[in-house]
Amino acid sequence: MVSRFITRKGIAGLSLVISGLLAISACAGGGSQGAGGNGDGKFSGLTLTATTDVINTLNSLSTGDCQAQNTSAPLTLDAAPQDQYDQRLQLLLSQNGLPSTFLSPGTPDLGRKFIDADALVNVSQVLNDAGLKDAVLPAASSLVQQYYGSNDLYALPVQLNIEGIWYNKQIFAQHGIAVPTTWDQFLAAVDKFQAAGVQPIAQNGANPGWGITRWLGAYIFRALGPDAMRKVADGNAKLTDPQYVAAADQIAKLGAEGVFGKAVASADYNQTVNTFLTGRAAMMYMGSWITENIEDPKQNKVGAANIGFMRFPAVTGGAGAIDQMPANAGQPLMFAKSAFGDTSREWLKCIAQNYGDTAFEKSGLLTGMQMREKHDLSPLQRVVVDQVEGSPSTVLWFEALFSSQATTISTQNAGQLANGSMSGTDFMASVQAALGK
Amino acid sequence: MAISVFSNRRATALLVMPALAIYTAVMLVPIVWSAIYSFMDGGLIGGFTFTGFDNYTQFFTDPQARSALRFTAIYAVAMTIGQVALGYLLSLLYLFHLRRSSTIVRTLVFFPVVLPTVAVALLFQRVFGLAPVEGPVNALIQTLGGTGIDWLGGTASAVGVLFVMDLWRSMGFYAVLLYAGLMDIPEEMIEAARLDGATGSKLVRHVVLPMLLPVLVSALVFSINGTMKVFDSIIALTGGGPAGSTTPLTLYMFQTAFGFGEYGYGSTIAMVLTLLSLIVTWFILRSTRRHLTAS
Repeated sequence: MVSRFITRKGIAGLSLVISGLLAISACAGGGSQGAGGNGDGKFSGLTLTATTDVINTLNSLSTGDCQAQNTSAPLTLDAAPQDQYDQRLQLLLSQNGLPSTFLSPGTPDLGRKFIDADALVNVSQVLNDAGLKDAVLPAASSLVQQYYGSNDLYALPVQLNIEGIWYNKQIFAQHGIAVPTTWDQFLAAVDKFQAAGVQPIAQNGANPGWGITRWLGAYIFRALGPDAMRKVADGNAKLTDPQYVAAADQIAKLGAEGVFGKAVASADYNQTVNTFLTGRAAMMYMGSWITENIEDPKQNKVGAANIGFMRFPAVTGGAGAIDQMPANAGQPLMFAKSAFGDTSREWLKCIAQNYGDTAFEKSGLLTGMQMREKHDLSPLQRVVVDQVEGSPSTVLWFEALFSSQATTISTQNAGQLANGSMSGTDFMASVQAALGK
Repeated sequence: MAISVFSNRRATALLVMPALAIYTAVMLVPIVWSAIYSFMDGGLIGGFTFTGFDNYTQFFTDPQARSALRFTAIYAVAMTIGQVALGYLLSLLYLFHLRRSSTIVRTLVFFPVVLPTVAVALLFQRVFGLAPVEGPVNALIQTLGGTGIDWLGGTASAVGVLFVMDLWRSMGFYAVLLYAGLMDIPEEMIEAARLDGATGSKLVRHVVLPMLLPVLVSALVFSINGTMKVFDSIIALTGGGPAGSTTPLTLYMFQTAFGFGEYGYGSTIAMVLTLLSLIVTWFILRSTRRHLTAS
């Protein structure tokens, strides 16, 4: 009798419940429409939990140089962890509820989709209208343009990092090795270190092993030219083409020789930094964000004066040059069109004018924004600034123009490339397959 | 004769409705939704379009999906056998060998079950570590004259470490579960069998095992469903690597839907996993029911 009841009336009841729930959820979707408002007396922001520098700088601006803007539209900041960030942004965009300002999605590829969806404010237009064209450093501006494949700026580069090889001056001196400027000199130096029992390079190969693919990317830019990865992104070249595979083979060869250490595939970021800063490896590829760790005597046991920076060596006969600096603008700051009104415009202008100085004063960070005042730089910061100024152009990194799927495969397989258990051919084939999806 | 409340349909409906509504909201609606998404392509930004069975076709031609499916199958079968067999041996040890003094051993073996997965994974990363500090396993290998192994850096060895960790983490649970089943076997029956001359393996095979079968089946169903949906221990120990060698369907589904924003394809993977779980459970229940009736 019970089962008969379930079959007849139960199904009717069930469908009633389901339709009710669907109706409720449909209302919920509609209710969140336009949550961002349109310059409605509130300036909301979303950042990453880890980017405390951005949070601190924006908060400092709200009580400092941008106090007037904050009075008419108070700043409310929210933060999300990196692994949920892209998903949250996409959800907010689909509900037309993006905050007034937010750090860009984790991959430039997703950022381009935001631009295609007409969700973002054209920052360069606003800056031009306000006569603030020079607020963004040219190097940083070019990076953001490369990110999104557009001549217009759709984000403010509130972070700027140059990348290259940090080396232990003491170890280099002990073994009588000069800073290599070509790949051949570099390989000779590596051989010398290995013969002496010194681990040549400390690098993070544990998933996500982006530290390893940085070597691959930098080598590709030196050997095949600054547009080598753009060609792949546009479909004009394939990673399985012989010249790209040859680059991966270079890294695989280093890996097979044990140049990255005996446990590179399980070495994470912190472990890598620790190995290098305790003098147990001669070199490490890293961005200029590492200056903070280098200047911290608790972490750096070899002393800040003993750490040097060298550009990624040139490949003889390659289409790239040593002064094309690998760099990144982190996740730049975007502004949502749906929440853009007069007060947001004022905020954007104020951030553009004052972010550089405030970030330096509060966090000691060099950003992609022009500084209006003169500041005292530490020796390492001086190195970074000199490198930025001495580099006529910048290049991105291996995965910069990849989809998140190809990025995942690349960083997941990097460890195997770096310990010699995956050939350059196999590595490139796996990433190319993910790119083709 | 007492009148059952179920004879009153209205009362039944009233009593069942709240629970049914909640069940519908938290279980059925998402499942139906997911099933619908599995026939769609697109994302939150561009919207969704109906693509028929494209996602399912993609699933069976996608090398990553195939590798995830293979890993899930191997992991589920091997872990289920391992968990239940070890649990069974432990429970026999508790009952026949340790007897009353088994409490302390039971507690110790059960202890990893209550530890947070992330803590266990960190522990195993250290235990099997090579650099910068050698873990006990590599230290032992080197003391015996071998060379250290980057356990979590190799594709096969990482799978091995994962197996060891998950067995260590879960065997206590199955031991307790089967021990409870063993306790239910009447003492007289075992005594009678012993008087009839059954000892050791004969006693276990002809008396203990058949009597334990219902609990054993539950343990198998628990285990196979749990291991097919493994997620947390892999995320914490290897993150699916190296080179995707420890990526099961669950993790691939998570990456696809939430990492790559492909909700349609992600839902397809989820549906395949759901169907697999259903089929395997149905198969186990059916075959053992026949076995139970036969015996």
